[in-house]
Amino acid sequence: MTDDIDTVIEPGLVRPVIEPALVCPAPINQHSQILLAHGGGGRLMQQLLDSVFLPAFANPLLNARHDGAVIELGATRLAFTTDSYVVQPLFFPGGDIGSLAVNGTINDLAMCGARPLFLSAGFIIEEGLPMETLQRVVTSMRHAAHAAGVTIVTGDTKVVDKGKGDGLFINTAGIGSIEHNLRIAPDAVQPGDAILLSGDIGRHGIAIMAMREGLDFESTIESDCAALAAPVLELIHAGIDIHCLRDLTRGGLAAALIEIAEAACLQIDIEESLIPVVQEVQGACELLGLDPLHVANEGRFVAFIPSAQVNQTLDILRRHPQANQACLIGHVQHGTAGRVTLQSRIGVRRIVDRLSGEQLPRIC
Amino acid sequence: MKFVDEYRDKDAAGRMAAAIAQVTTRPWTIMEICGGQTHAIVKYGVDQLLPDAITLVHGPGCPVCVTPVELIDKALEIAALPEVIFCSFGDMLRVPGSHRDLLTVKANGGDVRVVYAPLDAVKLAQRHPEKQVVFFAVGFETTAPATALAVLQANRLNITNFSMLVAHVCVPPAMESILAAPHNQVQGFLAAGHVCTVMGYTEYETLAQRYQTPIIVTGFEPLDILHGIYLCVKQLEEGRATVENQYARAVRREGSREAQQLITEVFEVVPRQWRGLGAIADSGLGLRERYAGFDAVRRFGTAAPAATTPSECISGLVLQGVKKPQECPAFGKHCTPEQPLGAPMVSTEGACAAYYRYRHSPPHSRATLQETNP
Repeated sequence: MTDDIDTVIEPGLVRPVIEPALVCPAPINQHSQILLAHGGGGRLMQQLLDSVFLPAFANPLLNARHDGAVIELGATRLAFTTDSYVVQPLFFPGGDIGSLAVNGTINDLAMCGARPLFLSAGFIIEEGLPMETLQRVVTSMRHAAHAAGVTIVTGDTKVVDKGKGDGLFINTAGIGSIEHNLRIAPDAVQPGDAILLSGDIGRHGIAIMAMREGLDFESTIESDCAALAAPVLELIHAGIDIHCLRDLTRGGLAAALIEIAEAACLQIDIEESLIPVVQEVQGACELLGLDPLHVANEGRFVAFIPSAQVNQTLDILRRHPQANQACLIGHVQHGTAGRVTLQSRIGVRRIVDRLSGEQLPRIC
Repeated sequence: MKFVDEYRDKDAAGRMAAAIAQVTTRPWTIMEICGGQTHAIVKYGVDQLLPDAITLVHGPGCPVCVTPVELIDKALEIAALPEVIFCSFGDMLRVPGSHRDLLTVKANGGDVRVVYAPLDAVKLAQRHPEKQVVFFAVGFETTAPATALAVLQANRLNITNFSMLVAHVCVPPAMESILAAPHNQVQGFLAAGHVCTVMGYTEYETLAQRYQTPIIVTGFEPLDILHGIYLCVKQLEEGRATVENQYARAVRREGSREAQQLITEVFEVVPRQWRGLGAIADSGLGLRERYAGFDAVRRFGTAAPAATTPSECISGLVLQGVKKPQECPAFGKHCTPEQPLGAPMVSTEGACAAYYRYRHSPPHSRATLQETNP
């Protein structure tokens, strides 16, 4: 190899502070407008955060760049997070915008190690949306909230002119309580940590794409949409020394690992052959020229834990239906800060990089 | 997954790499034609299993990369028209014209849509009779039959609001142009398996003989590529130059007669400008006169000559296999997938994009290295 993949930072050296604004190769001002790719979970979105939002709102809680903020009020620790849902179609195999909006925010809280307690729900409804559609979505939200033991305690409704929305947008915010003394955060990741993945990847993204684009596959691919708090809380209860958790959403497994490697200033090494992808998703990805590593998920997470606790953790995770395929996919090492590498199926190691925006299907 | 996993097997790849090393006694330079093969080589690290004596260079087989700027500018101009729904394969959306790309046109209100098949564009034209639906027909002989089918369908249904901007190109003339170039370094080819699925490989037999260059029709999985390289090196070592079919599970010598008939019915061979390679005689496909009513250029005017590619970009040399992407002074600095100077940095099949994505340190790491290694 001709590049610098073998260059390592020796253990013991102080890792440098990250200065994202100085290393951005394409300053945001080169785009005078927002492109769709700015919301795709890839490099353009990262640039948007680095150049617009983080400088504007900078504070220690935000700068931690976790799935939610961890707030200390006296002896009480709370996790607080928000997320907006703009999925089309509103109903898809394995879920709908309502269950997604509840589970997504529950998952962000769970990834802080919090017990999800209360949610808010904001609805932006386009004029003309069938009442029956709204009713179905709300019912789905009620079921999802009930199943996860959270309560929707406040909300807001706005209606916009026909043509000014896409049927229905939902925002949820959530509060959870942190009932342990672990520090679960990207910068708590240690060299030597094992990386566990809770199940097969790519199902949500392919399910949505198949439905949105009218792609017919032999069997229906269902979204993995699920609430992840229960397995996480059981891990904490069992005394697993969790260093970091991250649910995989836009940008897929790749984006999640890159973000953690950057925040932790460590290198992450994974193995392609250990990452489960169901045959239907694999087939669709082969056909469309997509990489499952970058495809969206809504019910999967990675956990960074000490190597000694791998077996115990896997035993616990596999007792939960939403994590019954949990497996070890790689390890953390000193290496090069911010780098993620993958050993390909034929045994050669390569870099895993962020995409610019969303993956685009290829020509042939 | 059947027909995939067995071609990505680590042990089998190791055995094939060892077989290549065993037959190699001298340095050889081999070009893979197809961008899909380039992508697989860089993604799986196929080149890193090879002995040092074997050099792989990447060919012009990325249809997005070789589409001339003039045509892309024309596409951008048409796509921005308020009466137009512009349909394209996803790959094409980020490819820069002289000043912008299709994604920017879309952000500015242009109705740009990704389609998965040209027939989808015909269906759109049926659903939107008040609009002009234009399909950007890009690709090698692989996609040409599907494009031809769309024209025939539109013709049969008498759909008058459908047209296409045709940028189809053919592989053999480009291979010949590379072989005939004075600075050519290519000693053997891995031909593009999918193109041969359609066209067969009789055309390559003439080329192999005329230029005394082995040509191996090769698939796209890591083991296909390793096997293709093995067959190529074996021929080179033995002083032979014939066409061999490594991808026999998909390719027959005569190709697909039905697909070829579709192409011949709708298209004729025309000269074509290739981005990076220049004009190549008889290397493009254009609509025959009887289907000229579907030609977007006739409907919306011809493409104006574009400004030259920025000087720092060496995509022409990369597409000819003369230089590797990292040898470009702009690579990863002024040219990134977000701000590409040339098409090979943006297409999923482009060589520069493959190197950037799988071999290049992310900017974050580069900064770290600079700070720790002054």
